Amino acid sequence: MTVNVKSLFLYIIAVFSGLIILAGYFVKIPVLINLRSQLLNWAIILLGVALLIGVVNLTLVHARKIIRGKSGFFFSIVLLIGLFTTLIVGFVYGPTSQWSLWIFNQIQVPIETSLVALLAVILILAAIRLLRRKPDGISMVFIFTILIVLLGTITLPWIDFSLLGEVRGWLFRVPVLGGARGILIGIVLGIIATGLRVLIGSDRPYED
Amino acid sequence: MGFLLFFLITLLLYAYILYKGDWRSRRDARLRNMPGFAKLKNSINKAVEDGQKLHFSTGWGNIASKYSAIAYVEMSILRRITRTISLGDKRPVATSGEGSLMLANQGAMRNAYHNAEAIEHYDYLSSQISGLTPFAYASGTMIVIQDHKPPANVLLGHFGSEVGLIVNASEDIDSLTLAGSDDLTAQALLFATANEPLIGEEAYAGGAYLHAGLMHIASLHAQDFIRWLIVLIILAGVTLKFMGIL
Repeated sequence: MTVNVKSLFLYIIAVFSGLIILAGYFVKIPVLINLRSQLLNWAIILLGVALLIGVVNLTLVHARKIIRGKSGFFFSIVLLIGLFTTLIVGFVYGPTSQWSLWIFNQIQVPIETSLVALLAVILILAAIRLLRRKPDGISMVFIFTILIVLLGTITLPWIDFSLLGEVRGWLFRVPVLGGARGILIGIVLGIIATGLRVLIGSDRPYED
Repeated sequence: MGFLLFFLITLLLYAYILYKGDWRSRRDARLRNMPGFAKLKNSINKAVEDGQKLHFSTGWGNIASKYSAIAYVEMSILRRITRTISLGDKRPVATSGEGSLMLANQGAMRNAYHNAEAIEHYDYLSSQISGLTPFAYASGTMIVIQDHKPPANVLLGHFGSEVGLIVNASEDIDSLTLAGSDDLTAQALLFATANEPLIGEEAYAGGAYLHAGLMHIASLHAQDFIRWLIVLIILAGVTLKFMGIL
């Protein structure tokens, strides 16, 4: 049996780091807590480097699209111009300068707000599609609940929706809260199982 | 709480040892029917036959946060499927909204090509960042879907409400959307929008259903066992409370 020394070394580092971070939550030993903080600081630095690599990746993907003249390459040009303009303004004037804030407030915020508005329309369409795709009892309950919650929230002159407001409150306190807790228990179990697989090195899909 | 966590971890470790030891022969352990994964297998075949790309997305949580677990599941699926279709002329494309996830996806794909001895087919730009804020990520991912028209989109990761836009783009081209998230808002949206939503722990079961490794099946059994245990504890607690003992 051959042992890959590099993989073994990386495996030991990963398991050791993972166990220290995990142990730091349960055992209050100052040395362990300091070591944990140090490891987390290194992780934050590495995440910053990963972000920079991500920006390079974004640039390369869109540069390739432009060079190959693929459909929609014009939008890639706009993206790269926007990316580098923002970077230059951020480097020259600082991230909290009036120019950086102008870009943020006048361009990014309106665009993202528009997408949120678009999302509202898409959700209405999705509700209609849901009834067409899965016309069963569960879908009906889902749509009915949405209607009750919406009607229980809105206020209109001359129409009293206070009863629906109470029904909405009950829905949130009892079935929604219970269901959400059930789903969260499932999610937490999944997170622990996955974390454990990664920690003991049996499942590291990203490494050779 | 710490004790409960310790107990769960010990139990999972136990399941691991048990499975690696005596249960190895039960490789095809019975799993409940989940049509989403069966449809995904059909889409993989379709992608190979028609020379189409499959699309994977890991959301925008980072790899060192509590949101990373579901992204690991996506990476296992990505590696498994990439290996299956590694000799095809169309590589899968993976999108993410964060640098470390993009790098991890690159690693998973490279690993798959390397194991399939087809490293010459690997393209490091197949894993890409589609945007660095949630809605920028959603917009970029929508463009990737429109450009490649994949027969299936596997969305497993940390998303917010913006996932509705991504799923809508997928539905517009009649593509299969297998989607799950660790965020409750995103789950509610996915239930309404995706044709194959994965609710709660289902999102973590992908590796077991797509044969990504024995450990995936072992941990799925361990999760099921612990869930039954929690159900019994809750029922016992409710009964005792009802009887006025607690």
